[in-house]
Amino acid sequence: MKLELKGLTKRFKDVTALDNVDLCLEKPGIYGLLGRNGAGKTTMLNIITARISASEGTVTLDGEPVFDSDSKLGCMHLMSEVNYLDTDLRFKEAVAYAKQSYGDKFDSDSAMRYAHAFKLEGSKKLGKLSTGYKSIYKCCLALAMDTEFVFFDEPVLGLDANHRDLFYRLLLDSYQRKEKVVVISTHLIEEAASMLEHFIIIASGRILMNLDSEQMSSYATAVSGPRDAVEALATRHSVISRVSLGGLETAYIKGIVETDDPKLSVCAVDPQRLFIELTRNEEERV
Amino acid sequence: MEISNDIQMPIFMQVSEKLTDAIFTGAFAEETQIPSTTEISMTYKINPATVLKGMNLLVDQGLIYKRRGVGMFVKQGARERIKTMRNEDFSEKFIKPLLDEAKKLDLSAEDLHKLIDKEMSDEARA
Repeated sequence: MKLELKGLTKRFKDVTALDNVDLCLEKPGIYGLLGRNGAGKTTMLNIITARISASEGTVTLDGEPVFDSDSKLGCMHLMSEVNYLDTDLRFKEAVAYAKQSYGDKFDSDSAMRYAHAFKLEGSKKLGKLSTGYKSIYKCCLALAMDTEFVFFDEPVLGLDANHRDLFYRLLLDSYQRKEKVVVISTHLIEEAASMLEHFIIIASGRILMNLDSEQMSSYATAVSGPRDAVEALATRHSVISRVSLGGLETAYIKGIVETDDPKLSVCAVDPQRLFIELTRNEEERV
Repeated sequence: MEISNDIQMPIFMQVSEKLTDAIFTGAFAEETQIPSTTEISMTYKINPATVLKGMNLLVDQGLIYKRRGVGMFVKQGARERIKTMRNEDFSEKFIKPLLDEAKKLDLSAEDLHKLIDKEMSDEARA
């Protein structure tokens, strides 16, 4: 099943949250949607799942518009911080409700298994749960979805380190139970990186990069050493950013860079560092 | 086992290295089943496609084999094979970096021999 975004634009009063976005998601896999606060991640996910409408552009599934199509929307699920569930709903009831709406595309047994692993109290109302457990409640439902597309918008917000670890492992369980397109938007890049096959980076409402994990790891090289030696090498390449400490400089250079200069040390750049260097504001250079 | 994002080595190679290590130390014995892709993926939070890629390296090296419908097993003689492979890699992995650093420090071959002898006798005494 092919999900396509074409020329997607969303304007709020005086802000353009999404600016002419084209994106295609088809191959099952775990995709990371990365972007700074206000970059447009949530807006994009909300438009895809028809929670809000676009100002311009289209979202189609296998060529047909998603908006207003129950059968198309039934192929997708979005877990997000915003509550669209009734706060009086107990987890057990939510599971029964999801089964009723999604049928074969929801696995009740897995939902209960995930809830058990998190020690989520099935008989407590959603509204009565702590912030962390509210997220867990929604995560457990989303993890049990076998829809072709499952979107997680900041799923680990408010979860402690153990619960985040558990969530990631259950996400892999969920994915291997039934392969699907899983998109996870997160700020915790370091924690999620090893699970991601694909990185979609958005900045100021636009897709900045769309790379698989191998392209991502060879996207940039960090070169460190005495400033003049680094500069001599940097002038021959495209530099993403520079950080200096006294006479010591590190340049983040596009592509794979090699050097024989023994004064220089060269290393690969991990996804989180690359993200930071690519999306850093001038004001943040303190 | 810790998998690191600090990618001086790609994750799939880290996976293959850890599995190789487990076979070499006997944690995964010959002719026994090794953990499934799903188990490895969940335990270390690695994408299953990456785990598979790492496992395939071991298949290519003749260390593990597939039993249809059951899973992956350690081959008879895998430990010996790993030992041979590691012997072959020893110079590249350990001696070359040692010589590179020695060169920067102006250490002669004789200096190095002395250092090695000293370390070895210290270790023997400990």
